[in-house]
Amino acid sequence: MTDLTSLTIAAARDKLANKEFTALELTEAHLEAMDKSKDLNAFITTTADLARARAKESDARFQRGTAGALEGIPLGIKDLFCTEGVETTAGSHILEGFKPPYESTVSQKLRDGGAVMLGKLNMDEFAMGSSNLSSYFGPVKNPWKAKNRDGDLVPGGSSGGSAAAVAGHLVMGATGTDTGGSIRQPASFCGIVGVKPTYGRCSRWGIVAFASSLDQAGPMTRNVRDAAIMLTVMCGHDPKDSTSAPLAVPDFEAALGQGVKGLRIGIPKEYRPEGLNGEVAALWDKGIQWLKAAGATPVEISLPHTKSALPTYYIVAPAEASSNLARYDGVRFGLRERGLLGDSLDSMYSKTRAAGFGTEVKRRILIGTYVLSAGYYDAYYLKAQKVRALIAKDFTDAFDKVDAILTPTAPTAAFGLDDKQDDPIAMYLNDVFTVPASLAGIPGASVPAGLNSEGLPLGLQVLTKRWDEETMFRVCQVLEEAANFPSLKARP
Amino acid sequence: MSLDNATIRRIATLARIEVPAAELEAAAAKLSGILSWIEQLREVNTDNVTPMSGGTDLKLPWRADIVTEGGQPDQVLANAPEAHGGFFVVPKVVE
Amino acid sequence: MSYVIKGETGDWEVVIGLEVHAQVIAKSKLFSGASADFGAGPNTQVSFIDAGMPGMLPVINEHCVAQAVRTGLGLKAKINQRSVFARKNYFYADMPQGYQISQYDMPIVGEGMLILDMPDGGTRAIGIERLHLEQDAGKSIHDMHASSSLIDLNRSGVALMEIVSKPDLRTPEEAGIYLKKLRSILRYLGTCDGNMEEGSLRCDANVSVRPVGSVDLRTRCEIKNVNSVRFVMEAIAYEAQRHVDVYESGGAIAQETRLFDANKGETRTMRSKEMAHDYRYFPDPDLLPLEFDDAYVAKIKATLPELPDDKKARFITDYGLNAYDAGVLVADQDNAAYFEAVAKGRDAKLANNWVSSNVFAVLNARNVPITESPVSAKHLGRLLDLISDNTLSSRMAKDVFEIMIETGKDPESIVEAGGMKQITDTGAIEAAIDQVVAQNADKVAQYRAGKVQIMGWFVGQVMKATQGKASPALCSELLTKKLAP
Ligand SMILES: [Mg+2]
Ligand SMILES: [Zn+2]
Repeated sequence: MTDLTSLTIAAARDKLANKEFTALELTEAHLEAMDKSKDLNAFITTTADLARARAKESDARFQRGTAGALEGIPLGIKDLFCTEGVETTAGSHILEGFKPPYESTVSQKLRDGGAVMLGKLNMDEFAMGSSNLSSYFGPVKNPWKAKNRDGDLVPGGSSGGSAAAVAGHLVMGATGTDTGGSIRQPASFCGIVGVKPTYGRCSRWGIVAFASSLDQAGPMTRNVRDAAIMLTVMCGHDPKDSTSAPLAVPDFEAALGQGVKGLRIGIPKEYRPEGLNGEVAALWDKGIQWLKAAGATPVEISLPHTKSALPTYYIVAPAEASSNLARYDGVRFGLRERGLLGDSLDSMYSKTRAAGFGTEVKRRILIGTYVLSAGYYDAYYLKAQKVRALIAKDFTDAFDKVDAILTPTAPTAAFGLDDKQDDPIAMYLNDVFTVPASLAGIPGASVPAGLNSEGLPLGLQVLTKRWDEETMFRVCQVLEEAANFPSLKARP
Repeated sequence: MSLDNATIRRIATLARIEVPAAELEAAAAKLSGILSWIEQLREVNTDNVTPMSGGTDLKLPWRADIVTEGGQPDQVLANAPEAHGGFFVVPKVVE
Repeated sequence: MSYVIKGETGDWEVVIGLEVHAQVIAKSKLFSGASADFGAGPNTQVSFIDAGMPGMLPVINEHCVAQAVRTGLGLKAKINQRSVFARKNYFYADMPQGYQISQYDMPIVGEGMLILDMPDGGTRAIGIERLHLEQDAGKSIHDMHASSSLIDLNRSGVALMEIVSKPDLRTPEEAGIYLKKLRSILRYLGTCDGNMEEGSLRCDANVSVRPVGSVDLRTRCEIKNVNSVRFVMEAIAYEAQRHVDVYESGGAIAQETRLFDANKGETRTMRSKEMAHDYRYFPDPDLLPLEFDDAYVAKIKATLPELPDDKKARFITDYGLNAYDAGVLVADQDNAAYFEAVAKGRDAKLANNWVSSNVFAVLNARNVPITESPVSAKHLGRLLDLISDNTLSSRMAKDVFEIMIETGKDPESIVEAGGMKQITDTGAIEAAIDQVVAQNADKVAQYRAGKVQIMGWFVGQVMKATQGKASPALCSELLTKKLAP
């Protein structure tokens, strides 16, 4: 039998339908791969028994001819998605042991589509980070290694467990969430495809909230077609989420193969700041050439407020997070820390939250509390909301002139797990190219486009206007074909 | 903007996160650094700009007034660190 | 109505503003599908949203929006077609999300007005600052356990309207009248049941004092969650006097939240609220702005009932009642409806007398609402008809009314059964008179000699002889003739 973990979702789907192997066999192959790759620390919780049970149900549905769009496909679920009866931690000590009595809308849709969950994927605590170093459950290792350098690399973050598991062939696809780049940046670091759809495409119901006005779920896969297949199942209107769009779900897979002939591709000059990594710049230029060769027209555009996006994000996201994370107080679920007997309620809150949250989470809660506090709201939060409006308008104006925008996904390739990351701002800069689209609420995807001189993956980012994921997928697929990216082989 | 220890203490109290005295200085330095970096936004002209407060410009959906949830106290209490007689239990609050 | 606190240094006046939390009448909660009913077992009416579980999201209840608009219209207030939900951030044991979803700078209802009906029959307009929608908190129970408090989240997320008055009230009595009038309007509208004991109507009072003649506002204190109209008045009176005492002894009032202790009749600092608040309001990113159009408001407006002020005006014009009587009748929609059912096509003043004195007295004594009155409006109306057509004297009517209260029977059958018909047959009365005259020659002589005041005694004798059934009017008319010298 061919190595089942090497298959794409599209191929596995067809072969399952042809009964070339069973869903259970496919799941077993991936459980075995997971077992062999425990060193990656990609999973916080594995659900092998549940996976086998669900794979058997999938096989029964194949027998009955009632298979769903993702029937029998083994997936990993980021541990930010609440999964019924399965521990959900958000990568945090404060939620350790929490078993939600409900299933997130997105994971439910995948389940309804027949997908088989193999476990819950590691992540930066509460999705705050770009390296996966902030997980309470330890860092995730990137399955890629630098050519001439020892040491493990970070997978990026916050969906680092998802990216590593997909790149390392432990799962066929995974869910991620992206607040400022948390799908796209780790996809770039791990050489896979990551898609953040338009804000409002995927329901946020049942996803542990980080920054509500920015959080979006999306697929992470080894190729563009698989991402289109997964996203079609994941998204759709959810009456339980007031920000979910009441729009019909396009068949994203059907949009593939249409090419980019005649499309105008915006190249924002602000994404080429002084000191941009030469290899990243060169790959970007290559991407422009590939699209041109395929019949698209590159157009230089300006997104004048790009420089302000990151500081805007670091006001808006922590402000929302400071409020969203107030519910972790040791009363109804998760960790509770008590001092001496007779300790007050407030003291219990403060001790619980001090012990339960990690350094970066605490830092962001404090920043968020500060920018919302009396006397500072206008100067920070309101100001950031206004700049956010300007950033969104930059994109609206740009999409009057172009159909899609091409940029690098991240300013660098994956860095070392042990590289000292003491400067929070240096870490924040990882998301400099992904954050603007998050603030604007537009869709964005990262496609693996090449390797740097150290043999590490670099991604290109494709952005389109709201609700136009179809054009985004078309551009991504053309880039994918042209790049002929040397994906990792399944681990032996 | 540089934050002094008293300010850190105040926001830590608001956020209910205990910051040990020994860590105040370091926290103040880190947070001050981030805040001064954020303050570059002051240079952006935002006169007459309507703030963008949400991620989307859709219309707020309304739901019908019908009872669809509840009647599941066991599930509501299932993850509680302490529960008793159908109630959540917290350290005594004095009003 | 002037209310002046006499101090050593001079006269002080009180400035009062009320914040009323009114529970919206709705089946389910403001942002979740759990039941909003009162009195179920602990945590049985709690959705995962109300418990602040991770990943849970709010979706607004359309009926609560309509109820807020309806109330705004009832308060003749500006309806804001675009309003914004904001998070009010603070930690409390019975507030699971760590914030309350409320409205801040853009409430659903803006400025309006409420008319007080004063005891002297006059009116006074009190400004409404705003009305906004927000979530209720759960309930903490502090006295069931020695070292712990218990939390029940059944109320968590129930829709409240916070109705804020301008600081226009000047006496504890006005505050009481304001509360009763507001409750009356809410009940007319069907947007809040106004039950203060069950907590569906709760009042916070902001109180300050200032020297008479001064226009500046001094530091105010907020007295939280007072749960009866009487206690609100007592709390304000106590608090105002406290402020005067503090100022006059050279002290200063600290802005703070206080509790009213109904047993001691005094207010005291709330310990749990000592820490300075900084609510960090910001627009809730889980919700978009709440928007509706003119047509939506017009549709709700078309369904408003006649409200107390309009009804009062109509009762004055249509039934010739005075302002005070009309005000008393319309305060309660059921009372007003009862009165109208009795008064329609009859002598309205007579109807008002019977309803306001006789019926209300019975209801007060039995402590039942008018909807459970032992005497129905229909029966009372027929009783009045029996008075008008001289079947009953008003004295006899009172007796019949007593029987109606006890038996719930209609007046005609009582009259039939008891043979209580007034005797209007001249012959029968004359016969009785003749008998009385024959048996009391001495009294007749006295009368004829000029002692006319004993006419009353003769009437009494004739009534006695007819078992009280003779028409008193006819009786004295005939007696006057017979006794004439
Ligand atoms: Mg208030
Ligand atoms: Zn309130």
